[in-house]
Amino acid sequence: MTRRILAVALRLLTGVRRLHESPHGDGPAVFFANHSSHLDFAVAWAALPTELRERTSPAAAHDYWSKTKLRQWIATQLFQSVLIERLHITRDNNPITPLIDCLDRGRSVLIFPEGTRRGDGEVGEFKAGLYHIARSRPEIPLVPVLLENLNRLMPKGTYAFVPLIAQAHFRAPIRLIDGESKPDFLSRARSILLNDQHPTQ
Amino acid sequence: MDHDIVYLGSTVLAILVIASVIGAVMARRVTTDKARATVENLNARTRSWWVMAAVFGTTLVLGSLFTTVLFGCLSFLAMREFITLNRTERADHEVLFWAFFVITPLHYFLVGIRWYGLFTIFIPVYAFAFIPFRRVLSGETRNFLASTAKIQWALLVCVYAVSHMPMILALPIKGYEGQNAKLLFFFVLTVQLSDVLQYVWGKTCGRRPVAPNVSPSKTWEGTVGGIGTTVLVSSCLWWATPFTPLQAGMMALLICAAGFFGGLVMSAIKRDLGAKDWGDTIAGHGGFMDRIDSLCFAAPLFFHLCGFYFGTGLDPRPPEWVLHWLGK
Repeated sequence: MTRRILAVALRLLTGVRRLHESPHGDGPAVFFANHSSHLDFAVAWAALPTELRERTSPAAAHDYWSKTKLRQWIATQLFQSVLIERLHITRDNNPITPLIDCLDRGRSVLIFPEGTRRGDGEVGEFKAGLYHIARSRPEIPLVPVLLENLNRLMPKGTYAFVPLIAQAHFRAPIRLIDGESKPDFLSRARSILLNDQHPTQ
Repeated sequence: MDHDIVYLGSTVLAILVIASVIGAVMARRVTTDKARATVENLNARTRSWWVMAAVFGTTLVLGSLFTTVLFGCLSFLAMREFITLNRTERADHEVLFWAFFVITPLHYFLVGIRWYGLFTIFIPVYAFAFIPFRRVLSGETRNFLASTAKIQWALLVCVYAVSHMPMILALPIKGYEGQNAKLLFFFVLTVQLSDVLQYVWGKTCGRRPVAPNVSPSKTWEGTVGGIGTTVLVSSCLWWATPFTPLQAGMMALLICAAGFFGGLVMSAIKRDLGAKDWGDTIAGHGGFMDRIDSLCFAAPLFFHLCGFYFGTGLDPRPPEWVLHWLGK
């Protein structure tokens, strides 16, 4: 209930529309989006159809979201996020593992393959995470989510929110093609978030 | 309650019922795909009109506080669309924060407490200066004038102009005390009816476009027919206003003309930004800005003409408690 109210409030504040049906069909999916604002994960999350949203965990940076009790509560209780390690990565805390675990439990995940927010609204190079997930769970659809205007609502470097109209475009799911190299796959995935020519789902 | 309000409300109700019936009949008769799309859009517009008329009518009956809040929300939503389409930059962010969360609420607060003196100058004087002051602090010089002007325009059109509508409720007119809600109703009805009738005339017998580059749907036939019919209808509503029938017709003509040009100006801005509509919140119409574009430019004109010819002068001073609070 709290989450539903939160999703409605987020949509009112940011002008984002809710999808009426799942963009990829049934089962878990990996949503991947461009990253320019603190609001990104909340907005993409709020745009999902209610039932799918309940079964989707946004990935959140462990170093940031577990710093205080409040942040931890917001991340884990409110948004049901998966906390992943960004710093001090060792053999034991591979950031991909908790995401794969989550998918294996039948939940969808929302990730930002650039790893960090860009300041200029462009889409940065993708880190390898998306490729590793695609390779270890090739049957799971990867849904590109193009977030528009979020860097104008709350850009990097400020907490001041300006109530402009943001948009979340869900594109047709992609999968790793047999024999596709890591750089090829990552640049193909990234290019979908760059141009506006793909049909919206 | 004032009987006139009931009559005005019934007039609108009758128009909406007729429009809905005609729409339903047309929906059954259309054969071609193009005509079907037009009729579907027409019916979507009519359905949205029911909602808009209900919201406006209800707030008007509830009183000036509700009306002020309604127009405050409209300003906010219109400015949101205006700024979203106008590509503002990172350096504008803090200025925009002020525009949305400080200047706009403060301005409507002035409307609410009826401090007419500050209301007229707050945005043209104080906000006008504040915006470049705050923008210059960002240190970014690229597009400085263009950025500043966009935000000043947004405030002038979406906030300042729109706020003249609730301010009509505060206009003292001799022998018309306590009846200003009807004057506001007359204004909104006239401008919106003119939009609707221009659309109807344009769709049925529009041939020669007025400004094909700016707004392909506006035709001479639509404009003249629409404004002409509106002036006739509005002069028949003189009994609800402080005007004689002739005066009501003249007022209607002036605000329809201002509304027409206002709509054209906002269209020109849209074209320049490569958009067809300001938004897609109101089914059939587009965004909030698409619905109020003609009101924006006509509202201050109507307000000041009413004040000049019929008003007994607005008190520019703030209420007593504000003076007391400011230590005067």
